[in-house]
Amino acid sequence: MTFSGREFRQGVVDVAPILVAATPIGMLWGTLAVAKGLSPFESWLMSAAVFAGAAQFVAIEVWRDPVPWVLLTVTALIVNIRHVLMGASLSRHIGGIDRRWHPVMMFLMADENWAFSERRALTAALTLSYYFGLAMPMWLTWTTSSLIGALVGRSFGDPAAYGFDFAFSAMFIGILAGFWKGPRTGAVLGASAIAAALAKLYVPGAWYIVIGGIVGVAVAALLYTEGEEA
Amino acid sequence: MTATIMAILGMALATFATRISGLYLMRGVVVRGRLKAALDALPPAILMAVIAPTILTTGIAESIAAVITAGAAFLRLPLVLVVIIGVLSVVLLRMVLA
Repeated sequence: MTFSGREFRQGVVDVAPILVAATPIGMLWGTLAVAKGLSPFESWLMSAAVFAGAAQFVAIEVWRDPVPWVLLTVTALIVNIRHVLMGASLSRHIGGIDRRWHPVMMFLMADENWAFSERRALTAALTLSYYFGLAMPMWLTWTTSSLIGALVGRSFGDPAAYGFDFAFSAMFIGILAGFWKGPRTGAVLGASAIAAALAKLYVPGAWYIVIGGIVGVAVAALLYTEGEEA
Repeated sequence: MTATIMAILGMALATFATRISGLYLMRGVVVRGRLKAALDALPPAILMAVIAPTILTTGIAESIAAVITAGAAFLRLPLVLVVIIGVLSVVLLRMVLA
């Protein structure tokens, strides 16, 4: 396992825009966390140990006194169940990386650096240096911005007034464009979007992410025709 | 141990479990053909599912802003610019449509 500075730097360059977008989102989360009664240290600790934005926002939504820790644990499991599918997909590209690094890599697998890794794997071999170039700045940014939000949060008012609440969605739309391969991708995205939106309205909890993902994948499997890109 | 620390530890363990278990799911499975097509569709399908409620069911401002953002993304503009365009559109649309 040799460290490649060039690969690491490429990862940092690729993830840089995400860091810019993630900073206000992390600060927003820290603000909400202290408003619910977490200390700034506890807010930092959750971002550092859980490191999963969507699950953390849902957790703060559910948070109350006394802290329902079993419910919060189960909720985190449901919101993050998509990681099982993401990890299964990523496992196809990390065969060349020393097994000892796999647990750390998986601990750091957030949506964004996972998406970039998958995109990288379309055109080049995925290296540990590139992956850490994405994941380490992401972890530092997420934990630091959460802590700053927790410390100074309430002084910057309502984030929706500045449209920061939409930054997360805009960032995902930007990443999605990199996966476009033609009309079939459109069919997959349309099916996933409609299924997820309906599930969000009618299915309690956070199952909509898994439901949308599975419906999108099912459409891709249905549209597959024998003999293409074997 | 306080309930808050228990909650953070529980969430951290649950999250790590979901992240590590995917590696073992596909061990020994040959990925090709229809299965490959399905797995290749997984990244965009999941990303779409995460944001679909925000862009489809929050309000007309968010939906229009999502279309504008998608347009910017398809022009292959840098990601930072795409996010800025998205955020500015949603702010302006909320003002206009409120």
